[in-house]
Amino acid sequence: MDTNFNPNRVENAAETAIHIPKKSLVDTQDLHDEHHDGHDDHEHHEETFITKYIFSIDHKMISKQFLITAIVMGVIAMMMSILFRLQLAWPKDSFPILQTFLGDKWAPDGVLKPEFYLALVTIHGTIMVFFVLTGGLSGTFSNLLIPLQIGARDMASGFLNMLSFWFFFLSSVIMVASFFVESGPASAGWTIYPPLSALPQGISGSGLGMTMWLVSMAIFVVSSLIGSLNYIVTVLNLRTRGMSMTRLPLTIWTFLVTAILGVLSFPVLFAGILLLIFDRSLGTSFYLSDIFIGGQALEQTGGSPILFEHLFWFLGHPEVYIVLLPALGITSEVISTNSRKPIFGYRAMITSILGIGFLSFIVWGHHMFITGMSPFLGSVFTFTTLLIAIPSAVKVFNYLTTLYKGNVRFTPAMLFSIGLLSFFISGGVTGLILGDSALDINVHDTYFVVAHFHIVMGSAAIFGMFAGVYHWFPKMFGRMLNKKLGYVHFWATFISAYGVFYPMHFLGMSGVPRRYYELTNFAMFDNVTDINVMVTYFAIFGASAQIIFLFNFFYSAKRGQVATENPWESNTLEWTTPVEHIHGNWPGAIPEVYRWPYDYSNPHHEADFVSQITPLTEKEIAAGDTH
Amino acid sequence: MSTILILLFLLLIVGVLYQLAKVNELASVLKEGAQQDDKATQIDSANQANYLVVFIASFFVFAIWVAAKYVDKLLPVAASEHGGKIDQLFNITLIVITLVFIVTHIALAYFAWKYKYDPNRKATFQAHDSKLEMIWTVVPTIVLTGMIIYGLGLWNEILYPEKDNAVKLELYAQQFAWTARYAGTDGTLGDFNYRLTDDTKNPLALDISKNTKANDDLIINDEFHLPKGKEVFFNFRSRDIIHSAYMPHFRAQMNCVPGQTTQFGFKPIYTTEEMRKITNNPKFEYQLLCNKICGGSHYNMGMIIVIDEPADYAKWVAEQTKTKTFQTLSGATKTPEAKKEMANL
Repeated sequence: MDTNFNPNRVENAAETAIHIPKKSLVDTQDLHDEHHDGHDDHEHHEETFITKYIFSIDHKMISKQFLITAIVMGVIAMMMSILFRLQLAWPKDSFPILQTFLGDKWAPDGVLKPEFYLALVTIHGTIMVFFVLTGGLSGTFSNLLIPLQIGARDMASGFLNMLSFWFFFLSSVIMVASFFVESGPASAGWTIYPPLSALPQGISGSGLGMTMWLVSMAIFVVSSLIGSLNYIVTVLNLRTRGMSMTRLPLTIWTFLVTAILGVLSFPVLFAGILLLIFDRSLGTSFYLSDIFIGGQALEQTGGSPILFEHLFWFLGHPEVYIVLLPALGITSEVISTNSRKPIFGYRAMITSILGIGFLSFIVWGHHMFITGMSPFLGSVFTFTTLLIAIPSAVKVFNYLTTLYKGNVRFTPAMLFSIGLLSFFISGGVTGLILGDSALDINVHDTYFVVAHFHIVMGSAAIFGMFAGVYHWFPKMFGRMLNKKLGYVHFWATFISAYGVFYPMHFLGMSGVPRRYYELTNFAMFDNVTDINVMVTYFAIFGASAQIIFLFNFFYSAKRGQVATENPWESNTLEWTTPVEHIHGNWPGAIPEVYRWPYDYSNPHHEADFVSQITPLTEKEIAAGDTH
Repeated sequence: MSTILILLFLLLIVGVLYQLAKVNELASVLKEGAQQDDKATQIDSANQANYLVVFIASFFVFAIWVAAKYVDKLLPVAASEHGGKIDQLFNITLIVITLVFIVTHIALAYFAWKYKYDPNRKATFQAHDSKLEMIWTVVPTIVLTGMIIYGLGLWNEILYPEKDNAVKLELYAQQFAWTARYAGTDGTLGDFNYRLTDDTKNPLALDISKNTKANDDLIINDEFHLPKGKEVFFNFRSRDIIHSAYMPHFRAQMNCVPGQTTQFGFKPIYTTEEMRKITNNPKFEYQLLCNKICGGSHYNMGMIIVIDEPADYAKWVAEQTKTKTFQTLSGATKTPEAKKEMANL
């Protein structure tokens, strides 16, 4: 953090590394060594506030920018969820707080309007899925960890990396700004199915609000693509000597596969969005056909809204794994480090990640079983969907076996990883019901679905993100997060997450559709409305618990206990860098790697961890233990 | 009930906070003023491991409590022939996944607790075990294969229903109401053309310019009746937005997509009266709901379904035919072409 960027200086510019073929990496290192003496000069190149904190091209700073933007977006989305939870629990009651926040227009007399309820649900989903769990999770940890864990001085292109963040920031601003337009923000659900999203006659949020949603997402896709390409190139080309693909930490494997999924699927969403913009503005009929609305028959014929669903879910399903895989990668690292044991079945884990990545592209139709598509197609998608359970089960068993006969240190990060594992199981198993087309008929679009994905994708990925923040906070800020606050935060969040989402299964099994503003209009739901009250109490409790985290985060960043170089006694390369951030990560040459990252409690060594930069001992070579 | 829950909940929080305070106390006593360290100590690990066991045990209790409380309040017995089969598969799957959930969670809590941190111990270095990995790849594969075969068999049975001798009707969706249209005496649903939509005179956009099959179609707005024990075959159509016809008691659901017609069929097996006895609820009604976000009043878009004994159903149809055919409803507003065609017949 204390150094400045000057493209003329060879040792500082990560870009130089990309011009140099991998084989001559040694030469790069020599260059670095040569120039190393000059490192102290850095103070002479004054770095301004703007180049250091705002338009920074240092991956560590960009990662913090992503994280803080994601935290702000997460808080906004969480507060929205509390507003609509109030409505769901006490539908007829008046809440002055709603009137204060939303004004007479959206909450007259303190009662939320149905249109605005839908707007809240829509933007809550959009922000959580894209801005927190895609941009926030991948953006933060891919940026922080890829160069540090593979032994590179920075991303392949620092400039593109900076662009990626600023596009992300811009799209976040547009998304939040859409709340302030006259006709309201997008309200057609986060999946924005046309015709509802295409026709302002259908719902007022489909006017300017929807336009802003589409523009924001288009910019988000640009950000995601730039970021992902950068991650892929960096992982493939900038690994230090000795860092073969099978010596990569599993975090890097998941970031790599995530980036590949993003590059292959986000352009499809972009195309889908573009066609929707055409339908909305230019009178084309890609998605519209035979519609009579607002007292008149539209001219568009021949299109199909189902086409949009295909395009959307071709992104939408890989998106689930774009969200989940980095969380699983972080968990692999945290569980192995804190169990003081190698991750069980390293190669099986890589195979599972690749298997999940591949399968995620051929299952999107399970979101569309009851759209009237051919039953045969439904059969194919059921088959591929249930197959995903196999690599997922392998991952779960590998995590459990990693704990077995370990020496488990219960750091807050470890607890969040254990929590993730619990969510991954309890949310994953209900996927077997939803993925089975015959069973999906009755639970499709009910609260059963809401419960399922909030546990397996929402809670699990958020817990992965928390685990990452607690684990790598010392690397990001040079200080430790307070552990006691961490423990309280974990238990409060864990209890409330299950308290919120577990009872929702029962709403779904009673046939309660999702996105219903209130259930009072149908007597058949009278029995189960008290579930909503219970859920709301847990939600308020869980949201309050996040204040503990926010305090801990911002307080510890400034005042926390100063971290040591390797506080968790971990093997990976990022813990060989100095606590103080420097541009280029290592003050001297980039270290060479001699072993895999999971040599915990290796019997050939006395300590229970062996850094990747420790050369193999003769005993190990003689025993053939060369991972 | 929720009061008790909140109390329990507050107790839990107090308990957690108390424990945390105690940990702090213990730690400071043991360290004798040593600086607080934000890495996890042996005491931390011991405490957190205990909490984990307590949490997972309490979660099991909570899970069983919620399940027991609501099991009678969920959807009643399936009222359609295929619905019972769906429920059976659902229950089998539920048993399998509950077992998986319990076993893995017990393992999770037990391993984490049993192998909690002890500075004098070293973990066992075990990186993989091919035999074990083979077992937990093959076993899920076998279980899943069974479920796929069972599920797909049922799926194909449900999605290719008996059509020829079925009662044919159309459910027409619009913001925010349902209309049922019966095929009428000719057994055929008449043509439609969305450009003819007219809220007062021709809300379903029926088209009699080419033929007059639509004239005898029954148009029902309040509640629609179906006969018990007979196949019913639905066409679904939408005027404006994607809606979804969800009939949870019959385990039936299909989207209504503007620009295309979708289909579903089932056989009702209990009349409304019978279901009132089964559920012990004299006010029970079968309900059609909209289950795809369709605008502000989405939550308000429903219609009551009545299942009659076949004789009562026939009576109801005869009654409706007097006043609710398209021909009578559209009355004097026939297009000139239609009048000409009527004359030709």
